[in-house]
Amino acid sequence: MLTDSELVARCRSGDPEAWRLLVERYSRYVYAITRSFSLREHDAEDVFQDVFARAYERLDTLRDADSLRPWLAQLTRRLCIDKLRAGSREQPGEEEPEGVEDRVEELTEALALREALETLAENCQEILDRFFARDESYRTIAEALDLPAGTIASRISRCLARLRQRLEETAGKPRLEDR
Amino acid sequence: MSRFREERLAELLRLLPPAPRGWVEAAQELPFARRGLDRIVARAEADARFRELLVADLEAAFAQEGVEPDPVLVDEVRKRLSLPPDRRS
Repeated sequence: MLTDSELVARCRSGDPEAWRLLVERYSRYVYAITRSFSLREHDAEDVFQDVFARAYERLDTLRDADSLRPWLAQLTRRLCIDKLRAGSREQPGEEEPEGVEDRVEELTEALALREALETLAENCQEILDRFFARDESYRTIAEALDLPAGTIASRISRCLARLRQRLEETAGKPRLEDR
Repeated sequence: MSRFREERLAELLRLLPPAPRGWVEAAQELPFARRGLDRIVARAEADARFRELLVADLEAAFAQEGVEPDPVLVDEVRKRLSLPPDRRS
């Protein structure tokens, strides 16, 4: 898997495939940040597109290619605030809703977990993503993956255990430890 | 005892649902869209008749160049060529 730094370097050299990967890698994260601002759907979509449009235009200005993730998070938060201000009938000066700071921190933790998830076998990635992130039922997952519905719960449990094991093997992610 | 609780992992996985596919694809198309935009601007600067078409019907001019008239791109062409704003909006 390409590091952010490698991805940024490739995007800067005009590789459209690298840009596609960058958007894929961060689309959930940017989307989740916009959701934490409780924007209306079309406003959230505007912000989402604007984040990536600006990132594309300004990628050359990113001093440290490894700071792509915080840079995108900051850009998304700023554009969400701008959107709130633009839509506010009250006095200008609309700031972040309470709790956004903590939420973004948690989303960053979730993003790190997704990186670990992507090292698992495809079938585990698929089943955990469908059940937890897409909120699909056992039946829907069974139909989509052509598996017996009665085996889904045990497969989820097994895959979650593998994910935990993978995290323990790689360690060094203290934010995921028991709280 | 495990350092990583499975309940916590499940909670974190739930926090990142996929963005709508159409949003992601539109963002991924940006490099191609930008190239189309650059082409349109360059042609408008070199070809007076094409510039007239742009002023008269911007979306038709986009179609002629095979570029999807995405509102963000349409706005940007207007800005870059100092065209009058769209009165329909």
